[in-house]
Amino acid sequence: MIRLLACGALATVQDRGRLGALRWGVGVAGAMDAPALAGGNLLVGNPDDAAGIEIQVLPLEARFESEAVFAVTGADCTAVLDGVPVLPWTVARARAGATLRLDRPAAFRPWGARTYLCVAGGIDVPVVLGSRATQLRGAIGGLEGRSLQAGDALPLGRPAGDPPPPGTGLVPPVLALPLAVGGVPALRVLPAAEHDRYTTDSLAAFWGEPWRVTPQSDRYGFRLAGSTLVPLAPMELRSHGIVPGVIQVPHGGQPIIQMCDAQPSGGYPKIGTVIEADLWRLAQAPIGARIRFVETDWDGALAARDAIDGWLEAARRDLSCLRPRSAA
Amino acid sequence: MNGLNPNPRHTWAGPLHGAVSDRPAIAGPDAAAKRPHDGISLLGTTALLFEAPGETGLEVQRRIWSLAREAETWPEVREAVPGVNNLLVTWREPPRRLAPLADRLAAAWEAAPPLALEGRTVELPVVYGGEGGPHMADVVAHTGLSPEEIAEIHAAPLYPVYALGSHPGYCYLGGMDPRIATPRRKVPVLRIPGGAVSIGGSQTGVSASPGPSGWNTIGSTEMSFFDAARTPPALLQPGDSLRFRIAGVVR
Repeated sequence: MIRLLACGALATVQDRGRLGALRWGVGVAGAMDAPALAGGNLLVGNPDDAAGIEIQVLPLEARFESEAVFAVTGADCTAVLDGVPVLPWTVARARAGATLRLDRPAAFRPWGARTYLCVAGGIDVPVVLGSRATQLRGAIGGLEGRSLQAGDALPLGRPAGDPPPPGTGLVPPVLALPLAVGGVPALRVLPAAEHDRYTTDSLAAFWGEPWRVTPQSDRYGFRLAGSTLVPLAPMELRSHGIVPGVIQVPHGGQPIIQMCDAQPSGGYPKIGTVIEADLWRLAQAPIGARIRFVETDWDGALAARDAIDGWLEAARRDLSCLRPRSAA
Repeated sequence: MNGLNPNPRHTWAGPLHGAVSDRPAIAGPDAAAKRPHDGISLLGTTALLFEAPGETGLEVQRRIWSLAREAETWPEVREAVPGVNNLLVTWREPPRRLAPLADRLAAAWEAAPPLALEGRTVELPVVYGGEGGPHMADVVAHTGLSPEEIAEIHAAPLYPVYALGSHPGYCYLGGMDPRIATPRRKVPVLRIPGGAVSIGGSQTGVSASPGPSGWNTIGSTEMSFFDAARTPPALLQPGDSLRFRIAGVVR
């Protein structure tokens, strides 16, 4: 068990998401930065469907009630275990009673917006509709369907086997698979159904100008600020299923990118979809950050997916070589 | 090229060129034009959207339900989820070649018979306007009708549940009287309460839990539409019906 001694707003238990419940109106939820959670699970020897803690506001302080192996991934932070610094993206071991403090780094401009704490055995909250992910709307999954707070006790599952030795690390995707245009973090986008129903100027702005992440951006969606996108004619669509990454344009002309807690359906016009393989990049764009869109096609989107899968598989292979023989 | 297709680039002609060119027999500049599949578009590599041509109606919706039953049996498909006059198909793993799946979906639509579902009817008392209906004034302004007239027109039909979506347990309803149709809001509202009865374009529905919405809230009701511990977790399913009863109109 781990107990939260301090916890910022909107930290939640997340796994890779609740797949297959759209028919009941239940969205996927899950980790906003899927590769960070997957990498963390690999480091601590967890199965792919294990849950970790997604942290949006630092600091977070947690006490390990029993000995545990853990890893901190995702956005930059300073991690200190009983006064000793812990490297990010690295296997670490905590003795029973040890306290881990994750803080915002002060010395430089930190990368990212969401940090993940993964513990061997995973956060063992009940599985609801096939997943442990917290879906705040409807209060489904996670710890009582809500965000975490100081005092919460989080049960841990049984570790699957011996994890790699402490000190073993991974190169994070932001270093292994960087993507930027003119120094601005970029996201690849597949045009969606209503793309061609915008003015030439609007499309030029959409693809050619940076967009700012506004403070009204969260796990539901990222509201962007930039040029106003103007349709050739007003559109009023019938409600249809949508997925994380869909870029909707409400009548006001400022795009909203639907994210993990997004409604699984909507009716605003869709100009494009941020490809699945780049959603983690958006998840790590802090409020106020600028982002750029880059057009891709089906093959390009599949290649990007292969690249992130390849990063994960290479990590899995490398780590398996380092696991003690007893785990085999 | 089919003149009805407003968006040839993003159906099968443009970004999907790789997929189309996998078929040497019809490859060439007009290969995609021969099979434009109007109404099929991409939602990244996560899903594909099929939009049925023509007006919204129960008959078309019954064919959508039928298409969903068919598509969800395909091995590539994780879920086939009806929307209003459309179908979302999510992938277990995105197929390397899209064209065969698109062909199959288009053919399945042509062959889809209307599926009649035997549903239940649930009655919901609604208080229209007032605190629970903060956007009634916008619907009044748009339609020129009084709150009482709007409530009466809204509560008159028996609404079939066309689809579930938006949030857990939420139902999209068919059959709203077009006289009270009101466009979605220019900027979505960040939070409307559970039980909010609202109008978005020519559709109406009842929110099942608090959350953001782009629709105009005209009233409120109390009903538990969703319980994750129940099987199935949603109270209503496509084919069921809702009837609103006027419990009051607050000016």
